[in-house]
Amino acid sequence: MYKLGIDVGGTNTDAVLIDENLDVVSSVKQHTTANIYDGILNAVRAVLEQSGVDRKEIRQAMLGTTQCTNAIVERKNLAPIGILRIGAPASRGIPLMVDWSEDLKTIAVGTAIVGGGFEYDGKEIAPFDTAAAGAFFRELKEKDVKSVAISCVFSTVRNDHELEAAKLCREIMGKDVHISISSEIGSMGLIERENATILNAALYKVAQSFTEGFAQSLADEGVTNAQVYLSQNDGTLMTMDYARRYPILTIACGPTNSIRGACYLSKLKNAVVIDVGGTTTDLGVIQNGFPRESGVAVTIGGVRTNFRMPDVVSIGLGGGSIVRQREDGTVTVGPDSVGYRITEKALCFGGDVCTATDIAVRLGMAELGDKALVAHLDRDFAEKALAAIRSLCEDSIDAMKVSSQDVDVILVGGGSIILPADLAGAKSVTQHKFGGVANAIGSAISKVSGTYEQLMDYDKIPRDEALAKARAEAVELAVAAGAIRETVEIIDAEDVPLQYYPGNTARVKIKAAGDLA
Amino acid sequence: MRKIGIPEIEDIALGAALLGAGGGGDPYVGKLVAIGAVQECGPVTMLEPDEVPDDALVVPIAMMGAPTVLCEKAIGGGEYKTLYDTVSTFYGKPIYAFMPIEAGGVNSMLPIAAAARLGLPLVDCDGMGRAFPELQMVTFTIGGGSATPMAMVDEKGNSCIFRTVTNRWTEEMARAVTMACGGSVSVSLYAMEGKFMKEYGVRGIVTRSETLGSAIRKVKEVTDKTPEEAFLEITEGYKLFKGKICDVLREVRAGFNFGKVVLEGIGDYKGGSAYVEFQNENLSAVVNGELLATTPDLICLVDTETFTPVPTDALKYGKRVMVVGLKCFPLWRTEEGLKLVGPRYFGLDTDYIPLEERCKGGC
Repeated sequence: MYKLGIDVGGTNTDAVLIDENLDVVSSVKQHTTANIYDGILNAVRAVLEQSGVDRKEIRQAMLGTTQCTNAIVERKNLAPIGILRIGAPASRGIPLMVDWSEDLKTIAVGTAIVGGGFEYDGKEIAPFDTAAAGAFFRELKEKDVKSVAISCVFSTVRNDHELEAAKLCREIMGKDVHISISSEIGSMGLIERENATILNAALYKVAQSFTEGFAQSLADEGVTNAQVYLSQNDGTLMTMDYARRYPILTIACGPTNSIRGACYLSKLKNAVVIDVGGTTTDLGVIQNGFPRESGVAVTIGGVRTNFRMPDVVSIGLGGGSIVRQREDGTVTVGPDSVGYRITEKALCFGGDVCTATDIAVRLGMAELGDKALVAHLDRDFAEKALAAIRSLCEDSIDAMKVSSQDVDVILVGGGSIILPADLAGAKSVTQHKFGGVANAIGSAISKVSGTYEQLMDYDKIPRDEALAKARAEAVELAVAAGAIRETVEIIDAEDVPLQYYPGNTARVKIKAAGDLA
Repeated sequence: MRKIGIPEIEDIALGAALLGAGGGGDPYVGKLVAIGAVQECGPVTMLEPDEVPDDALVVPIAMMGAPTVLCEKAIGGGEYKTLYDTVSTFYGKPIYAFMPIEAGGVNSMLPIAAAARLGLPLVDCDGMGRAFPELQMVTFTIGGGSATPMAMVDEKGNSCIFRTVTNRWTEEMARAVTMACGGSVSVSLYAMEGKFMKEYGVRGIVTRSETLGSAIRKVKEVTDKTPEEAFLEITEGYKLFKGKICDVLREVRAGFNFGKVVLEGIGDYKGGSAYVEFQNENLSAVVNGELLATTPDLICLVDTETFTPVPTDALKYGKRVMVVGLKCFPLWRTEEGLKLVGPRYFGLDTDYIPLEERCKGGC
């Protein structure tokens, strides 16, 4: 049996086939197309041809895609939505979408803030105002809205009101309405969590199109025996159905997959991963096999959100970065780049722009294009450019570290030839022949997870016992989702005490993940 | 007299983060509250202190409690009307204008929202000229002003006003009410007459905050000098050090964040080292073994590229920062002022020497 991993990026669509021992059988890079469907089709066809694998033997297919990020940044294909916030009289001082740009605000067809919500300790601020919420949902139904975002003050502590509102919404607007609730999407911080929920609601059409496009392209290539999954940004997989409900969770899965793929190829569990592309370089950190999460608010297309994201730093350095000499003799590299036109613009390919790649060829670090075309570059100039590249990269490695100790570094991505093999702050620098498609590999080796969430009364069941029970339940959920029992590990655990709740109650949330069977 | 609208609020918020001197809380939620109020009720009129009659009632507005709770519950919007009613009934006269008590951090923003919602003016004046961690650390204490009668209201409409015998009791009672109300409340304290405000307040601080914010926002547009030179010139800042954070030590004691951030020199400071100690706000800066600045002068850490302020809770290994000293309000440099907020009050074993004297001869 084989696994098929696909990564749809802004420029390239990569595909890899992996066998049951998780060894890479073949890999391809194709251009991404305007409609995602053709690009995937091309990549799947190419990887099948190259490997000669029987398509019926592909049992799992995983897709990682940046479609959601692009839709938000480019304001394309976003659906008209309704937004309900539960929390009045609290929170009314900050209107919905208060600091959003005007063009993005137009996605909201109707908004309302109604009574309800909770205090930090689980006490009700006010009862949930079903009458006001009902009237709002009826108004949305009249306007033919198909997607609704629901947020609630302190729903991270108690989500009862959000669930009640979702039930009411479905009763009034019909069972096909797409509902996004904030407690399932973000963490503490109402505005950031609500923003992520609104974006999720607006992405439902985009999600529909890429899930259908993926399924269709697989079917058209005869890959009909495969379970199909989408990559999430925490390195685990979700089913197509789940992806349609939570498309926002695919955002930034590209860097996550790269990091996980790099980790897999190098067999390192803790390292800094440097993914060098044509225009930018992304640096991330792998901790115990999973990407380190960002601790600060994350802005997507100008909207501030707080849901989990890999902690990634992007710098303007890539294979196509333009190299210049200033009048005072100093040499600069980037941040502008010739991008995907490197094969016509770079000196070593017969072009007229000196790029970071030309420097690597001039200094004998890489065999690429025609070496003679860069021979005229002054050696001193090339050395200065390499020093500039080195310093950009070393400063960023340093910024990603949590202590002054040296770390292992893994280089991936097509542009990694421009980096010197010895970097300050690095204990070791590892590269792999499949490093160029690390993201598709990351997608293919993703784990599958289960999340258990429940209010538990520690007076009735002691905390240790209750948490053990919750961990066992989470493991069962992961197994039910398709994970091999022996490989399941707890990857996230939290319990938040609710002081004003009867007894000694806490909200317990455990996430377990394991390898796909 | 001038108008404060949304663009001004953006700049004031950025400047307030700098005046927070490492603390004061992220002005972001406060900024949304102020923008929300201005969108709904229109821009705010800001008065210079001298435009306020001597006998007019001027009321500072702030929030009390956990900033994390504020980030979840925000402000209801009705609190400021409840505060107005509670305070004006108590004094038997209308409130003439609102003002900030603390120009640094989140509390810089809330009086703007209050002024917008009530249609009252805001006075360009505060009681610190920066942020400080304790209730009595305001210039008004020097003039004999009292925090109480202090009014507290929550978003549900609950309100109270109390008088206390000491500041310690004020803290105790305020804490109890805050927790009962769900962890964050809106308050008015140090209510005063115009004459007293003019005598002891830090004049022009909102405008200063706006100027600082605008300077940080535009620092990259300057052409005739480097961004760093431009930043230092507009802030009238003393560049104390430039370095990479190589360690952060933190400890929570008695509800305060204590800690120390250690820096390793970069650029012109390569080979040198420095550390900054903090208690919510930055207290002292020591460069190559020499004490270069202490409270009450402002010690600010800013990003070396963007010059955006870096608060103590965002300090992490590897970040590159410039340490900048700003002169504090002159009243803090008096004997009474130093008793309240001088280095010895915060447990530093040194006398206060003004920033510009410590830095004499180059830093």
